[in-house]
Amino acid sequence: MTPYGKGPIHQDLPRTADLVVIGAGVVGAAAAWFATLAGLRVVVVDRGAIAGGTSGAGEGNVLVSDKEPGPELELARYSRQVWGEDLGGYGGLWEFERKGGLVVASTPAALGALRTLAARQRARGVVVREVSGDELPALEPRLTREAAGGALYPQDAQVQPMLAAAHLLRLARQRGAVVRTRAEVVGFLRPGGRTGSPATPGGDTATPGGGMGAPAGDMGAPAGGMGAPGRDAGVPVTGVTTPHGTVSAPAVLNAAGTWAGAVAGLAGVGLPVLPRRGFVLVTEPLPPATVRHKVYAADYVDAVASSDAELQASPVVEGTGGGTVLIGSTRERVGFDRRPSPAAVRALARGAIGLFPMLASVRAMRVYAGFRPYCPDHLPVIGPDPRAPGLWHACGHEGAGIGLAAGTGKLIAQALTGEAPELDLTPFAPERFERGGADEPRGT
Amino acid sequence: MATDRPTYDVAVVGAGPAGLSAAVGAAEAGLDVVLVDAGRLPGGQYWRHDDEHSTPPRSHGGRLFARLRARLHHQRDLGRLRYLPGHQVWLIDRPRPDGGPFTLRLNGPYETAPVERDRVRARALVLCCGAYDRQLPLPGWELPGVMAAGGVQALLKGHRAVAGRRAVVAGTGPFLLPVATGLARAGARVLAVCEANPAHGWLRHLDGAVRAPAKSAEAVRYAALMARHRIPYRTRAAVTEILGEDRVRGVRIDGGEVLEADLVALGWGFTPALELPLMVGAATRRDLDGSLVAVVDARQRTTVPGVLAAGETTGVGGAAPAVAEGRLAALSLAAAHGLPVDPRTVRRLRAAIRHGRAFAAALHRTYPVPDGWTDRLTERTLVCRCEEVTYGELCRARTDLGAEDPRTMKLLARPGMGWCQGRICGFAVAAVTASLTGRPATAEDLRPLSARPFAAPVTLGELAEMVDEDEEP
Ligand SMILES: Cc1cc2nc3c(=O)[nH]c(=O)nc-3n(C[C@H](O)[C@H](O)[C@H](O)COP(=O)(O)OP(=O)(O)OC[C@H]3O[C@@H](n4cnc5c(N)ncnc54)[C@H](O)[C@@H]3O)c2cc1C
Ligand SMILES: Cc1cc2nc3c(=O)[nH]c(=O)nc-3n(C[C@H](O)[C@H](O)[C@H](O)COP(=O)(O)OP(=O)(O)OC[C@H]3O[C@@H](n4cnc5c(N)ncnc54)[C@H](O)[C@@H]3O)c2cc1C
Repeated sequence: MTPYGKGPIHQDLPRTADLVVIGAGVVGAAAAWFATLAGLRVVVVDRGAIAGGTSGAGEGNVLVSDKEPGPELELARYSRQVWGEDLGGYGGLWEFERKGGLVVASTPAALGALRTLAARQRARGVVVREVSGDELPALEPRLTREAAGGALYPQDAQVQPMLAAAHLLRLARQRGAVVRTRAEVVGFLRPGGRTGSPATPGGDTATPGGGMGAPAGDMGAPAGGMGAPGRDAGVPVTGVTTPHGTVSAPAVLNAAGTWAGAVAGLAGVGLPVLPRRGFVLVTEPLPPATVRHKVYAADYVDAVASSDAELQASPVVEGTGGGTVLIGSTRERVGFDRRPSPAAVRALARGAIGLFPMLASVRAMRVYAGFRPYCPDHLPVIGPDPRAPGLWHACGHEGAGIGLAAGTGKLIAQALTGEAPELDLTPFAPERFERGGADEPRGT
Repeated sequence: MATDRPTYDVAVVGAGPAGLSAAVGAAEAGLDVVLVDAGRLPGGQYWRHDDEHSTPPRSHGGRLFARLRARLHHQRDLGRLRYLPGHQVWLIDRPRPDGGPFTLRLNGPYETAPVERDRVRARALVLCCGAYDRQLPLPGWELPGVMAAGGVQALLKGHRAVAGRRAVVAGTGPFLLPVATGLARAGARVLAVCEANPAHGWLRHLDGAVRAPAKSAEAVRYAALMARHRIPYRTRAAVTEILGEDRVRGVRIDGGEVLEADLVALGWGFTPALELPLMVGAATRRDLDGSLVAVVDARQRTTVPGVLAAGETTGVGGAAPAVAEGRLAALSLAAAHGLPVDPRTVRRLRAAIRHGRAFAAALHRTYPVPDGWTDRLTERTLVCRCEEVTYGELCRARTDLGAEDPRTMKLLARPGMGWCQGRICGFAVAAVTASLTGRPATAEDLRPLSARPFAAPVTLGELAEMVDEDEEP
């Protein structure tokens, strides 16, 4: 490998590749790694910096506990296994920690609902142990004594997502992959020498590429919605165009996260990926093991699955290696507005104190916002796009993209190399939104 | 109730030279003013003093300060100005982003002052948040006994003993002189002032200062004081390493000679506190001295409607332009309210600001942070002290992980993630990252480590009790 090296940023692009990955977030990085491992010559391009999108603006939970039985839970279980096994040997690079999740119910009614969910999850292979109210203090000494009980999910784990993305890309580069930042994909190569243009008119693609260090969230809007089928629909995609040149490739993977709809639009296909804002509050460093597990309130699962545009908040509290405690999570659909919202910050603080009363006197150091890439049915988009042959997608993972990245990357690599994916990708098919009916909220 | 919580015409943040002058000026012009300042007493950095009745020495514009303070008290007694000392603004939000009043959320600094109010509301802001010491990493700079020059001065102004110590004052700029003479007066033996830039800078400057008579008088006075205390003034003398095991033992100059000292004061200029301007979304730029500063127009208005700025917030320039800018900000708000403003006063203030800024620009050109300072960093030099991130780790984040800008550096190697949130290391991380990518640092590089979601520490308990203005009855 040539290290990125000191000195100016490289901008030269190879003319050809087997696979171009658009997006150097954790999903693109995982896909690049597994595709490289499978023998493909991979080029990764990002308009901003490595992990500069949502992967650098969230938390790093790798969860099975918060998912209702269904395709996302299957993917989560699979992905958790990939993080722990395929990538287990590298876990130290990105602070992989099997810390276990503790879901806490505040009332007997909530505990009943939690038990029911746990039973259904258990039937799908999730390891879960019921915890009585009396047992909670031994597991989490600082937890409120008001809780009725909970459930412990030992499979829940944690990674540092920025390091995961950066090291997966480093490992891919060691095996020959090329990574180029500040290279925005502005169009697709189509047969006949034509560069694709957006199906939806408007400024999305005209937005200038990522300025140095500018938060990606401020760089352009998603195409949103479905848009009309573009004039390029059905025409194969054979590469990408960037301001620094073009790369020809038989396969292009759209891993542009919250901006994947705009990228799909460049190929003339609609993909309804939209931003769902979340804030995370970071405390001052606390003594080790102040918070031992990833602890969250039982109503979190409802908030995750909800399609409400209004602010929703349910506390998620976890310690980090550096001693700081991260407090999530809010969910609201307000476009790309990253200014701190007092209402959201207050909700985070209240929720966290509700779980851990001692946090009331702990100081907050900062708060940050990210934009989860979500689809109307809350499922990611993974697989080839029949509407534009050669174009693949791995995006729309909403609030679980870190956890789901490893599995997504491996499945994409399997499908790309003609292997049968270990998990059925049908529920994640890109064209599912065309069929109608898919934009119903998932779950019951 | 609305009567309980008035909406002020203007909230001034900071009671240093700029903020005092802005607050007093606005109140005298007839506006309802609230002045919020973290300090227990008015005066900011320059007019820092330690009790209610004393004033800074005349040489520091003590008379001007005394007058401003008297006017402050007078306006307060008339009920036109509400003065909230000992209050820190930790968040400013604007419920209706494109207009309407700002809410400033307050707490006491460093867990001391009881807070009279947890928030105030105002239709306009004048941000006069001042600056703090700019620090540069250097091998050994984390050793006990090494201090920022401004920190040493604060210590001296607080009358704390340094007698009997052997001190070296190093870095660049005229601010090294009052620190050195102050140390000598307090009984320390000052072995040298090591100015990293060339000698003729200072001398040429005495000519350049003719247009700023007060400043050149100051310069002459310090030169005399230096002579009286027999403090050698060495130019082109860069401290390249600080020696010591558990505490400082000495400094190495230009990679050779060693001066044995137990107190090292390092001054590399100042870094304006930009969190509030950035928080409200004001445009910023990189100033001549390499600092990020708020962009203002000829009326001290930032790019955000209703937000003005004065003093170091708009560029490190010293107390004189700060006073004039504060006053001008007050007048421009008064004019916006349709109150009468004497155009001659405005002209006079603009001229004073021009002079002050020209002088500051000359200083910035004469005493830049020396090029190539990052070359002195070693693999093990700490750059971020809070998170203990070394220069070597930053290099690896660049070469192995592809961090090309300070934000990515922060995400991948954690500089600026700790207690000080980049206040100490922000300038250095921007410079190091830029140098590792073979380019000069830009405003874009400085912004990610200058923006802070909370301008002061705040507890989760306080966050939980935050009142939403729109929810009030
Ligand atoms: C507050 C919050 C908390 C979260 N917590 C968790 C959690 O605990 N666990 C979890 O699993 N998930 C969590 N998530 C979700 C997770 O962060 C995302 O699902 C995940 O980061 C998505 O990764 P990605 O690689 O798809 O997208 P991104 O990281 O956003 O990467 C997409 C990249 O595409 C680039 N790009 C866009 N357009 C173009 C173009 N035209 N050309 C080139 N490049 C382009 C962007 O610059 C960006 O770098 C959280 C999210 C938020 C906001
Ligand atoms: C350490 C130091 C020493 C200096 N010594 C000298 C010297 O000897 N000679 C010289 O000519 N110049 C000196 N200067 C420069 C001089 O102090 C400035 O030029 C002058 O004070 C600028 O005035 P100001 O009003 O802009 O800022 P300041 O005087 O710095 O006043 C800013 C005020 O704002 C307050 N503040 C900031 N943020 C908040 C907040 N969020 N909430 C509430 N209050 C807030 C601060 O507490 C402070 O009281 C020094 C500067 C520093 C930093």
